[in-house]
This record gives sequence, C-alpha cells and structure tokens, in this order.
Amino acid sequence: MTDTHDVIIIGAGHNGLVCAATLAKAGRRVVVLERADRPGGAARTRTFAPGYSVSSGAHFLNQFPVSLIEELQLAKHGLRFAAKGLATVALQADGRHLRLDGAKAAATDLGAVDQQAFAEFHAEIASYAAVLAGAFGRRPPRLVDSDWRDRLGLLKLGWDIRTLGRDRMREVLRIGLMNIHDLASERFEDARLRSAVAFDAVLGTSMGPRAPNTVMSYLYRRTADAFGHAGPSIPVGGMGAFADALAAAATARGAEIRLQAGVASIVVHEGRATGVVLDSGEVLNASTVISNADPRTTLKGLVGYRELDAGFVRRVEGIRMRGMAAKLHLALDALPSIPGLDAANAGDRLVLCPSLEGLDEAMNPSKYRQFSAEPVIELCIPTLHDPSLAPPGKHVISAVVQYAPVDLEGGWTAAARAEFEARIMARLETVMPGIGSLVSSSELCVAPDIQSEFGIHGGHWHHGEISVDQLLMMRPVVLFSQYAMPIDGLWLCGAGAHPGGGVMGLAGRNCAQEIIRKRASA
Amino acid sequence: MGSTNQYDAIVIGAGHNGLTTAAYLAKSGLRTVVLERNPYIGGATVSRELHSGWTYSNCSYVCSLLRPEITRDLELPRHGLQVIPYGGGVTFTRDGDYFGNYSDHEQQYREMCRHSKRDANAYERFSTDVMKQTRLIRPFLMRTPPDPTSLHPSQLRELARFGKAFAELGEEGFADALRFWTASIGDFLDGYFETDVLKTHMAGSAIIGTALGVYSPGTAYVLLHHYMGDVDGSIGAWGFARGGMGAVSGALQSALFSFGGEVRVDAGVSRVIVKNGQTQGVALENGDEVHAPLVVSSLDPRRTFTKIMAAEDLPPKLVQAARNFKIRGSSGKLNIALDGLPHFTGLDQRSPLMKGDMHCIDSLERMERAYDDWKAKRWSRDPYIDMLIPTQVDPTMAPPGKHMMTVFVQYCPPELSTGEWTDADRDAFGKTVVDQISRHSPDFKNLILHMEVRTPREIENEVGLTEGNIFMGELTFDQLLFNRPFPGYAQYRGPVKGMYLCGSGSHPGGGVMAAPGANCAREILSDLRRPALVPGSYSDD
Repeated sequence: MTDTHDVIIIGAGHNGLVCAATLAKAGRRVVVLERADRPGGAARTRTFAPGYSVSSGAHFLNQFPVSLIEELQLAKHGLRFAAKGLATVALQADGRHLRLDGAKAAATDLGAVDQQAFAEFHAEIASYAAVLAGAFGRRPPRLVDSDWRDRLGLLKLGWDIRTLGRDRMREVLRIGLMNIHDLASERFEDARLRSAVAFDAVLGTSMGPRAPNTVMSYLYRRTADAFGHAGPSIPVGGMGAFADALAAAATARGAEIRLQAGVASIVVHEGRATGVVLDSGEVLNASTVISNADPRTTLKGLVGYRELDAGFVRRVEGIRMRGMAAKLHLALDALPSIPGLDAANAGDRLVLCPSLEGLDEAMNPSKYRQFSAEPVIELCIPTLHDPSLAPPGKHVISAVVQYAPVDLEGGWTAAARAEFEARIMARLETVMPGIGSLVSSSELCVAPDIQSEFGIHGGHWHHGEISVDQLLMMRPVVLFSQYAMPIDGLWLCGAGAHPGGGVMGLAGRNCAQEIIRKRASA
Repeated sequence: MGSTNQYDAIVIGAGHNGLTTAAYLAKSGLRTVVLERNPYIGGATVSRELHSGWTYSNCSYVCSLLRPEITRDLELPRHGLQVIPYGGGVTFTRDGDYFGNYSDHEQQYREMCRHSKRDANAYERFSTDVMKQTRLIRPFLMRTPPDPTSLHPSQLRELARFGKAFAELGEEGFADALRFWTASIGDFLDGYFETDVLKTHMAGSAIIGTALGVYSPGTAYVLLHHYMGDVDGSIGAWGFARGGMGAVSGALQSALFSFGGEVRVDAGVSRVIVKNGQTQGVALENGDEVHAPLVVSSLDPRRTFTKIMAAEDLPPKLVQAARNFKIRGSSGKLNIALDGLPHFTGLDQRSPLMKGDMHCIDSLERMERAYDDWKAKRWSRDPYIDMLIPTQVDPTMAPPGKHMMTVFVQYCPPELSTGEWTDADRDAFGKTVVDQISRHSPDFKNLILHMEVRTPREIENEVGLTEGNIFMGELTFDQLLFNRPFPGYAQYRGPVKGMYLCGSGSHPGGGVMAAPGANCAREILSDLRRPALVPGSYSDD
C-alpha cells in the first residue's frame, strides 16, 4: 500500500492530462493511472495495418484552446502541426464541390447572395459561440444555491448576451433551441450550403437536422473560433503525438503517469473517496480521486450505485449517451482521385453529406436501431500533410461515419460490419471513383469497439450527448456540474462534465481549478 | 349591420380569439365589429351540420384549454356554453389487447399493474412532475411576455417574475423544467415507464398538431401544452362543449352582442389600409371599406403580414420573419356520421374507456415512423389517430341512437411529394384512416353514413390557417413566449400604429384557449389608457 500522492486521476485522456498538469503545477502530488500502454485515451495514434498509422479516435484538433496549448508549452514538449486551419470541402457526386474556408463559401456556381449570406452567418454565429466559449472557460454557475462566483458567472453570461446588441440578442434567443434544418433553410438557397452547415450540427450527436436543439450543437462546434482555431488542425504523428506532448507537459510539472495501471474500483469509506484499487489488486490512497472516465462508468462501474442516493442514480442513468459515430480507416496504395476537386484542396476536411433530406434519411434508421443505408461521412487524408503515417507514396484515409447506433438490432456481427463498410465504400465511390481498388487494408470501429477500447459507455465520443439539457449546469447532472461528485473527495474531469466533449481540455482544466480553489478557501 | 362603416375597432376573423378580443373592446365601450370571411363564425372553433341531423365539431373537437378566467368573466355559461367533462381513453394493440386510461384512480392503477407494476408505481411521480411544470406555466398564460432585450422597468419586472417562478422551483426543479422544455417525449417518458403501449398512449398529446416526432426534442413541451387546461377546476381534464365546439364561439359572440359589438359574416378582408404609419381600416373582398383607427388581426402571422398587409407598409425584416414563420400542417381530420356505436375488438361497448380518446398505434416506433412519412411528404401509412365519439356523452349532436365520430389524424403534410393535394389523394388518405380503424373495429365501415375528410388543404381553404397548422404556428421554443410570433412582436402590437395581433400565433399559442385574444385586448386598452377590465390569471396556481 502506498500513500505518496495527494491526487489520483483515473485515465490519461487529454482531460485527465490537462487536469494533472494544472494540479501538478499548483504543487499537488499527482499520479495518473492509465489502463492502456499509452496515454491519450481517445486521442491516440494507432498502426492499423503494417506501415499504416492513423488517429484512432478523434482525428482533428479544433477546439483545444490555443491559449491552453501555449500555457502548457506543448510546442516545447514536442507538439508540431502538420496542418492548421483546414478548410472544409462538401463533396458532391457531380463534382460541383463547395468549399468553406472561414467565412468564405466558394463553389463554381454558388450565387453571390449565398456567398454574402454565408459570410454574415459565419460572423453572426461566431459572436454567439464566443459567448458560449466564455461560459465554457468557467465552471457552470449554480442557480439557486449559488455563491458570489456563480452569480458573477451568471452576470457575465447575461452581460455577454446583452452586448451582442439588441438584434443579435433577439436572434440568439430565437434560434438557440431551433433546428439546423430550418435555420439553414432560412439563411441559404444553395442546397450544398444548407447540408454542409447541417452536417456540422449533427456530427457526433444522435440527432437529425430537423431535431430542435441542433443549432445549439452547431454553436457548440463553432466555439472553436473563439478558442483560436481557424479550422481543424492535424498534429504531426496524429493525435497520439498531441497526447504525448500533453503527457510530457504533465510529467515536466511533476505528475506521475502510470501506464497499464487500470483502475478496478474507487474505494469509498464512510462517504469519502479514499483511493482506488487497481486491476492488479494494488491499492492506492489519496485524499482526492478524479475520474477522467465518463460519468456512467465512473459512478456505476467504479463507485457502484449502492454508495449513491437513488435520485442521483436516476439522473445518472438518464444521461443520454448512445454512440452513433463509427470510424473507418483505409490503407490506400495511391491517392484516390476526386473529380472536380483541386489537388491542392485534397488535404482539406472533406465532408460527404448530399442534402438535408439525405442527412435526415441517414438518421432515420438509427431511431430503429439500424445503420444508415447511405451514411454521411467526414474524412481526411492525413498522409497529404504527414507522410510519416504511411509507407512512401501510400496514403491513409480516416473517416468519421454516421449513423451507426451502438445498440444495432441483432448486434454488430461480422456480417453487419461488412455490410456497413460496404455501404460506406459505396458512398465514397460516388466522389472517389475507383477507391475500392486502392484499398489494401481497412479497419472499421463502431461504437461497441469504442466502448471496449476506450472504456466509454455507449461508445459515445463526448461522454454524453451534446444537447441543451445536458450542457452547462446540467452536465453531467444537475447540482453536480461543478466537478465535485456527491462523494467527498471524488471529482469528474472528463468530457462528461462541463463543457463537454471534443478534444477541448477545458473539463480537465476547470476541474483542476475548482479543486485548487476549494483547497485555498478551506 | 351598422348603418355606417366607421368603427372604433375592427377585428379580422371571428374565431374564438377574435371574438374574445372584440368582446373586451366592446365591453370597454369601443364600437367594435368583427369581420368574418366565411358565412358562419367560429374559425376553427365551429359546429357544422354537414350531414342532415348530425353536428360536427369539424375542426377543434375537445375543450380544456379555454381559460377559466375568461369563461367566468364573460359569463360564457350564461351565454350558452356548457362543457361536459369526459374521462377514459384507450389504445388498442395489435395483439387484440388494449391499454385503458380510466379516470377512476383505483381502476387506473389496476390497469397499469396489468401491464407493469413498476409503471403503475411510477405514474404518481410522473403526474406530480408534469403537474409541477403545468403550475409553472399556467400563471403566464394570461400575461403578456416580457421583452428580454428591454431595460424598461416594467419589462424587467416581468422578467423578474419569470425568474422568480423558476427560482422557486429550486435548482433541480429548474433542471427538470429545462429538460421538460427541451426533451423529446420519448426520452421523457423513458425516465418513468417501461411499457411501450403506455408510453405511446401518453405520447399522443406531445405530437398532436406538431410537425415533430415522439423522438424530437421539444415534444415534451407540447405535451405540457395539452395538460395546462382544466374543466371546472380539474387541471388537465378535458371536456366536450355541448352542441359541439361552435358552442364556444357562439357563447363568445353572444357575450360580444351583449356589449353592443357587431359581427359581419361573408366579409373577407382583402387589405389592411395604412396611411402615414397608422391603420385606417380595411378593404373587403367585395370592394367595400370599413374604417377604424384600430385593426386587430386574428389571422395567423404569415397570412396577416404576407396576404392582407402590403409589404411597403411593413419593415422588410418583419416580412422576412413572417415568411420564415414555422406554420406547418401536420394533421388531418375525419368527421363521421355513424349509424350506431361501433364495436372494438376486445372492448365491451359499455366500457367507460370508449367515452374518451381512442388510439390505434401501440408503440413509439410506429408513431415515429408515422412522422418519417411526414418528413418525406407522405401522409402516414400507419397513422396515429385520436378518435372520439362525443355523442356518447352529448347526444345532441346526432339523431337518437346514432353517433358522431371525430378522428384526428397525424401525420398529414401540407404538400405531398407528388405536389399539391388532389381530391383523389384526400380520398386515399381517408381510406387509410378508415382501414386503420377497421383493423380494431370489424363493423365500423358498415356503420358509416357520411364522412368528411380534411387534409391541411381543406383546413387552410376553409379556416384560413396557413398550411393547415392547427396551432397557428409550431409550438417550438423559437416560436413561444417572447419569440411568438417573432422576437420584438410578442406583445400583440403590430408594426404599424393601431394594428394588433390577437390570434393563436401570439403567446401563449394554439388550442381553444382564448388567452391570446384576452391578452391582446388588455394591451390595446392599456395603449388607449382605458380601465383594465381584462382579467389576469387566477391566483389558484
């Protein structure tokens, strides 16, 4: 039995590492326990075929605040970017691709009215997202049992909304809970523009474009602008290299990272978390235990519901986290041809979502536990920016594919996987004719794989659906949004806590700051 | 008909809201006229004899939301309104069984236990939670929504009232309220119940009149919208207006007459006349003009600002907002004259369940698939229906021994993938519904003496509701409270001096509630600095 740490962090995902680095810098003796043999959690690079590597979870960095990258001195710890600020190309089967680069929308036959409308829309959304981003950088305010800090946070939020000006304030109050289908249809004539915007609103959720609240998930995504990103970035060496830099930063600040040290349970003694038991049976003690795992896994799997109040358990069980996104990795013998796309833009973020109706139809089957007949896809060819991921002259495609429900009827059997992969390839063929013949190896990861590989309940990337009722003071559940769980000494620092998912790092950061503040005021 | 065409106030449309506004204006002493395009009053609150001897409530068909403040204040019972509460309800299942919704508490518990003991026990929690949300919203129905962008003390005070109501819920209550407003009814019910048919029975109220599915976020609120009424103080209860829904508009008209107000039928308005930023009156379709410094439209916002008002009289942004207003038809209706009371498989004809709403869809998945059809611009092949036989409770609506059935159908799109509705489409739609009912009632088809089939096309053409949307605009948050109908126009005042909106397109929205009409009248009287005689909300909430 050892007792040489103040703080145990369960899981070396990016939030766990940010939390560790922040606490270590404040003088805490921190140990991070990671089940895998590498840090990073879902931010990882993996060799999926001999000579071919890919970011096996998230494949872009676009929400991690640039200020946090600088503060953690990640460049010093080895972070290099292969590409920054990528544009998005919405691929069309007829080659009339639409390219969105910041506020600029371009396509051969895109009308001036829509170009102008998109520029205005982009700026308007950025102003709303900036308000949201401000709230993301702080702990969520309590509304009733609030202290001066909460009230200040609320005032700040109110002030930020008010300073948008009357027209924009009215508009954000109108569209905040609206659906993206209607908003995109109000703003744009061009079907490509509508569907490209709608795709970004539903990516990573289990909602379709007509679901109210999808404007909020679009705003959520667009906080990236406020965090200093002009578009997605790709680290040299993939997301694993980014995690390595985070781990190095944490270690340099004095945190200890123990790999292959899976936690079997959290020890609770008289309502207090006192440490953890490892898979090996080893017991580690610490007065503060922080979980980077998702709330369900933490509270049900590691703590056990019998330690918790029934009402709280009901809320935790009510967290919606039904994984819908799959990943497909392709090893390619050569660069696929994309008719109509300027070769210089092949390295952009590529999106395949033909229309609003097509997006809705892709979503419909998922409601009945079936996968999309015609899935929608976000992909990139990282080897165009970072040739080290594949043998010379060869390429890799990394694709996020929806909708592939975790609870597929009949289960994700080998046959179901083969069928779904065939559907994806059929979609890719529409914009990359002949791609099938270039594939030397492929790997499909569906939500149950994400669940087993990364330990995320439901295989949900964001540790819980990004929707209005699961954001801010409702994340992960009401009354417990300020990172402290109802067991003394137990904290949550993962994407299941405010402000949520993506590779953002703010949950880990805010959690650490809460712990530091609490100690300071105690 | 008055001898002159000069009035103090003109109300466009003799629906229940138009009549309510007019009644209060007349009560205040204003010379008021209501102009109605149809040869009969009522709008969608109407009784019509379309088959000799039978009275159809051929649009709205049940009564609960009508604000008791208005009923009492305008003495509607004295003017002939009688609301008869009904209980019961049943959902037939494909396997020949059913889920019954008894008004008797004991019976209800036993019926739930028959399906799931756990659900029976969860029901109490569900009812309490829904009632809590109902009590939160009810006090705001008879109030004008504040403008959240205004710093005027009156607006801040009203906002604070909202804030206080939420704060009193406590933090968990606040989260529950927010969840309630944003959750899908499917997710919401999953938090309480496990039995699909039970959830399905309850989910109906969450999608009725709404272009959303049971898995769409925001539908839990629509459920609330159907729960916030009452009959004789029993919150959430529903009733039949004796003699059909036309009795509601008839009583309102009678009240209006008692205050000296006028109603003109066959008087469709073609244009609101605006001069120098001030309304002058209206031009009628027959070329006549009627003059008044006050013009109140009870038409839906889209129709008001794109059909009867000229774009040059309006701010361009408002015209744009009116075009973007979500007013999507999603329902159809069948009104059927029956030779006798039909038999339903597995259910005794004397069962009290038959006196309530009867449904034929037994799973949330079937309901959601019915919505997928709407999204694809088809009428639902396996539709959700809400059918009632009011003649069991109110025999005045049909000859002795005969019955009238009203069948509300969801979903039915305003436009089909093949284009506009045709008569053949309408008949095929009607057949789909009749077949659906026949699956649970073998003798139903043989009892049909007459049938009126209404798609959104018929609803729009007759009642004037754009796209056939029964609520005069979707009840989604972007069109509720201070957003209804548009941000900046939620306080019943139009963009032109002297012009107001009093229809269900304004807060608090659709259903036969009459609250928009009353709230609008209150704002008008306040602008005229006349005594406030429109009642506020009761304190019993």
